[in-house]
Amino acid sequence: MSNGPLQIKAISGHAGPVPGRDASRDYDVCKLVDVTTCIGCKACEVACLEWNGYPFRETVFDNTYQTMPDLAWNYYNLIRFDEHVAEDGTLSWLMRKDQCMHCADPGCLLACPADGAIVQYSNGIVDFQQEHCIGCQYCVTGCPFNIPKFNKETKKVHKCTLCSDRVGAGLEPACIKACPTGCLHFGSKDDMKELAETRVRQLHEHSSHKNAGVYDPAGVGGTHVIYVLHDKDHPERYGGLPKDPQIPLLVRLWKGPLKWLGNIAIAAGIIGVATHYLRFGPKRAEEETKGEPK
Amino acid sequence: MNPTRRSFLKGGTGAVVASVLGFDLKPAFAQAKELKIARTTETRSTCPYCSVSCGIIIHTIGDKAKNVTAQVVHVEGDPDHPINRGTLCPKGSSLMQDILNERRLLKPQVRRPGSDHWEDIGWDQAIEEIARHIKKTRDETFISTDSQGRTVNRLESIAWNGGCTDTNEFNYLAVKTMRSLGVTYLENQARV
Repeated sequence: MSNGPLQIKAISGHAGPVPGRDASRDYDVCKLVDVTTCIGCKACEVACLEWNGYPFRETVFDNTYQTMPDLAWNYYNLIRFDEHVAEDGTLSWLMRKDQCMHCADPGCLLACPADGAIVQYSNGIVDFQQEHCIGCQYCVTGCPFNIPKFNKETKKVHKCTLCSDRVGAGLEPACIKACPTGCLHFGSKDDMKELAETRVRQLHEHSSHKNAGVYDPAGVGGTHVIYVLHDKDHPERYGGLPKDPQIPLLVRLWKGPLKWLGNIAIAAGIIGVATHYLRFGPKRAEEETKGEPK
Repeated sequence: MNPTRRSFLKGGTGAVVASVLGFDLKPAFAQAKELKIARTTETRSTCPYCSVSCGIIIHTIGDKAKNVTAQVVHVEGDPDHPINRGTLCPKGSSLMQDILNERRLLKPQVRRPGSDHWEDIGWDQAIEEIARHIKKTRDETFISTDSQGRTVNRLESIAWNGGCTDTNEFNYLAVKTMRSLGVTYLENQARV
């Protein structure tokens, strides 16, 4: 990331392409989750906890193999288990690694009012800086994937960092490294998209999943975590993955037009007060007449 | 050009005013968390949990000098190991807790028949009692031939169940011991 030598993008008077251009893969990182090869072993969950130094915790039984019903402030990564019965009666057991999607257009960042509490690095990672967090939880409202989780004791919000510390040092995230089936991959966004497409072609040709596809929702500008799904038309089967995630309209309005309307209203108010003062002068106390004896 | 005291003060004051009035000289560097394994000692080892024997790297802080006790901070898969190539299962990923865990059992304990709690017991007494129980049970119930007269030499009245954190080597010894006694109801996690 920032500590490497600078990569040259263009050279003056140089014939042909710039040597080594686009060879560096650390500008736009991406995590690929191939849910068709996930076996639900939860190695990624454990590796995530271990790396982030959070305690191993008691699980919550919810009639599934899922560790607990939802993510927690100190549990960034959860495999969601869902049973799906198709029309022909066949059962499929769907497992999906749920974590922050690291949107290119992050709703959390848009909604956040605290300076520096949420940052987006040049490689696409969206990271929360807890020391600047004011605990307002607007990011929870802004997230279309319901990812940020609030710690009631410290009044800070936490979520997956895509192991920004590891990625910054040239390592892959902890979950990626642990995955024993090779269901998780990490690399540049272009490489991961290509790998995902290759896998989708494989599924089309060699399996019954004729509707397999890549999940990289355009509604949030694409994500830096992409999925290969058995059925790209029904992402909601995988523990409620939204089909077309959007930043809530209210957040868009409130951080866009409404913000400017508000600024204009403030400016107009100040101008109005000044004009009134110039036109009518200061307000003087009226002469006390009523209470005086005649 | 030699700056005079006057021009230096002028320039300095100007720079201070400029920086106060909206030139943020601080570059926008990312405040990423410090890498916790940046200064650790890496020790290659083998995961003890099952017979797959994944390669692991144990990260410790402390340089192993004579007066230092190194402390494990992180364990992850060894990318150069041909078996797992850096990956680990959930148990392997939690290996740090094999060393650092307040719930580790550090002394032998016994739960007597009908009792509802564990009580401490000395090593010598524990081994003595186990040996006595095994000897008595085996002498009473050992089956050398089955109903058709075939030699079977088995012991059906003792079962062995290995715990999930027993190491591969420990399980090897346990299987050897139990098989030599004739135990058939034998299970441990090294069977993987």
